[in-house]
Amino acid sequence: MQQDINIKITDRDGVTHEVLAPTDMAMNLMEVVRSYELAPEGTIGICGGMAMCASCQCYVLSDTMLPEMQDDEEAMLSEAFNVKDNSRLGCQIQITPDLEGLEVQLAPEE
Amino acid sequence: MIKTDILIIGAGPTGLFAVFEAGLLKLKCHLIDALPQPGGQCSEIYPKKPIYDIPAYPEILAGDLTHKLMEQCKQFEPGFTLGERAETIDKQEDGTFIVTTNKGTKHHAPVVAIAGGLGSFEPRKPIIDNISDYEDKGVEYIIKEPEFYRDKKVVIAGGGDSALDWSIYLSDIASEVTLIHRRNEFRGHLDSVEKVQELKNAGKINLITPAEVIGVEGTNKIEAITIKQDAKTFKKECDHFVPLFGLSPKLGPIADWGLEIEKNAIKVDNSLDYQTNIPGIFAIGDVNTYPGKLKLILCGFHEATLMCQSAYQIINPGKRYVLKYTTVSGVDGFDGTRKEAPKAVVKAIQ
Repeated sequence: MQQDINIKITDRDGVTHEVLAPTDMAMNLMEVVRSYELAPEGTIGICGGMAMCASCQCYVLSDTMLPEMQDDEEAMLSEAFNVKDNSRLGCQIQITPDLEGLEVQLAPEE
Repeated sequence: MIKTDILIIGAGPTGLFAVFEAGLLKLKCHLIDALPQPGGQCSEIYPKKPIYDIPAYPEILAGDLTHKLMEQCKQFEPGFTLGERAETIDKQEDGTFIVTTNKGTKHHAPVVAIAGGLGSFEPRKPIIDNISDYEDKGVEYIIKEPEFYRDKKVVIAGGGDSALDWSIYLSDIASEVTLIHRRNEFRGHLDSVEKVQELKNAGKINLITPAEVIGVEGTNKIEAITIKQDAKTFKKECDHFVPLFGLSPKLGPIADWGLEIEKNAIKVDNSLDYQTNIPGIFAIGDVNTYPGKLKLILCGFHEATLMCQSAYQIINPGKRYVLKYTTVSGVDGFDGTRKEAPKAVVKAIQ
């Protein structure tokens, strides 16, 4: 079994949580947030993870190498609110061992 | 006043399947949905995406699932109030309910089943400080009547199909159309993108990209917007500002119906029939919550089925009934059709 990785997630109230995320369950960052209930259900991952809403938008705080942004994520972020240069959609970031030490902050609810 | 047995709020997969299950119990349904077509998220958000966890369908497109559910419940002649949002509910002295939509359509039923999914789809509004002061005073989030914009200066913001399509359409009606988008790239049908390019070249659409509207102003109605493009900001006069940033679901008025809400969902009794804290009002599918809840279409189907059994008891108090199998009893539609399994052939072998 692959090892879990450590991720720091700052929730919408500004509280930072250090969590362990499994790398062998095909989870993405949005799902990790939901699995630890760091944002109320119904306010994150509304579209289910299809890059069709921006409810899982987060700001990447660490210099972790992330998978490159695909067209659909880029298009969604171009229509989202509160977007910054370090914005990503959590649902498009798959949890892999390379993400050890990732630090993110959840964007405000739209 | 529309009268029915079970008033279903939400015409997504769960609501549509409830029509079928209710029909087997000879209960008639009417559905209200804020969207102009049935199918809920399946038809609005991802009609062309495959679903892999519908029992017996290794793969089915969300749009096709909607068509099949419509076909399955058709014989029970459901009524529809589409493009209207259920706004208020009033419990009558006899325990029945009157539900009124935002357009004033009234529905009367002894049982209400909320199958509202994530809520009704409302336009996403841009974050501009005083924009709410100008709503219906030149700021509109939905274009209802294109003629309204005749000979006006219109600014449209957005990068999707509706922003592109309306810019094209209004370029013939409005005196001036400006399309503003945060990027140079648009995500829409290729022919719409090409058409906008053509109209821009012909001087019929002003295209301002990559840019963003950051302010609105005017005395009694909108008179100008402030645009930020790269490092500079500038003003532009206009009669209308129409931000088209898509739709996002909101629980909406249902949240004020006195129902117990938890985690943005309606708490129900999952040990019995998915009834809410108000007897006679049920919540089924993605809109409800209970310990162990999973937001899956297949769970919504199950919940709809159990809800109908209790609805039957409310509507027909004391009237006996036992579950019947469609394979054995067939299906009698309200439209006079009957479906049944062919009878077994009995013949002696000589």
